[in-house]
Amino acid sequence: MADLHRFANPTRFLKLAGLIQPWALAVFLISATVGLYMAFFTAPADYQQGESARIMYVHVPASWMSMFCYTVMAVASAVSLIWKHPLADVSARATAPIGAAFTFLALATGSLWGKPMWGTWWVWDARLTSVLVLLFLHIGYMALQGAFDDRVRAAKASAILALVGFVNVPIIKFSVDWWNTLHQPASVVKMSGSSIHPSMLWPLLIMAIAFKAYYVWVLLVRMRQELVANKVRILRLKQVHGG
Amino acid sequence: MKRKHKRLTFVIVAMALLGIAVGLVLMAFEENIVFFNSPTDIVNKQPESGKRLRLGGLVEEGSVVREAGSTVTRFRVTDLVNAVDVNFDGILPDLFREGQGVITEGKYIDGVFQASEVLAKHDEQYMPPEVADALRNSGEWRGDLGPPAK
Repeated sequence: MADLHRFANPTRFLKLAGLIQPWALAVFLISATVGLYMAFFTAPADYQQGESARIMYVHVPASWMSMFCYTVMAVASAVSLIWKHPLADVSARATAPIGAAFTFLALATGSLWGKPMWGTWWVWDARLTSVLVLLFLHIGYMALQGAFDDRVRAAKASAILALVGFVNVPIIKFSVDWWNTLHQPASVVKMSGSSIHPSMLWPLLIMAIAFKAYYVWVLLVRMRQELVANKVRILRLKQVHGG
Repeated sequence: MKRKHKRLTFVIVAMALLGIAVGLVLMAFEENIVFFNSPTDIVNKQPESGKRLRLGGLVEEGSVVREAGSTVTRFRVTDLVNAVDVNFDGILPDLFREGQGVITEGKYIDGVFQASEVLAKHDEQYMPPEVADALRNSGEWRGDLGPPAK
């Protein structure tokens, strides 16, 4: 643990974050450019859904990220509750709006895809409903974090919400297997291997890398901003009390 | 036990109990979470007429009849065991065709499903049209892949 605690120090974290941040941005810009180019130009139209299937290159990575962000929030919340690690709460709080944005993007692109293919913008099937609940969990977490004046109490209450809400993540993943839904079953992450042709799978995976790098970049920007703001607050307090 | 070990144990136990509780609730509400009934469900249960429900399955090959001069379509939805006659007056989604998975919403009246909405379901297979053609020509085509686009 002694080794891990070296990075737990906020000052050291700031330095490390400053080093990683430009690389995350570079990976995001490059993979998003390559991924979008492949999605629009090199990837073929689908045998069944035609050109409309191209929206999956945004929809699928956004949906993966919505669950990934919530999982990060839940793990960070557990670390914050159990080990009282100062950076854990900061990272969970920084992740919430990014996760909310990805969840919204997944729902919006899914809706745009659903109209031409299924014939409807929205249905209350198990997959769509559980993802909508995920959006509400992200927003509820942000609201709860903002509802307390006391930072420590806010961290504790919202960490409990994040952990309780985590039961929704496996429900989202397996909703299409446990119940019959209008949404299709998994195409990529499943026991029997991917059922997407490689010419369509590659742009999908490159877009997933782009979204992940974007998350790392924005996360570090938000965490650094918060840590610097904390420093400023402490300096001001010192001035007031020491002056 | 140190305080953080106590907290760790508490979180693990609480999460496990919560998981079990949610699992039991979901199992209890299984009927309500299921989005549609299969033709076999409908034939076995014979739902009371006038009750709104959803019927899902494949559009039976050769069963689609479009009435001339109107938007009425008649077809049969099958799960390859049983089939149910469906009447629908309205605009069908692009993916609707014989052999395609559909979900219809409406009422089961006198042995005929009067649909007010028809949604198309697609599977998890994605491939270029040429690959689909090649599979079909070589006889490797699996029945669950659905019909090709027009």
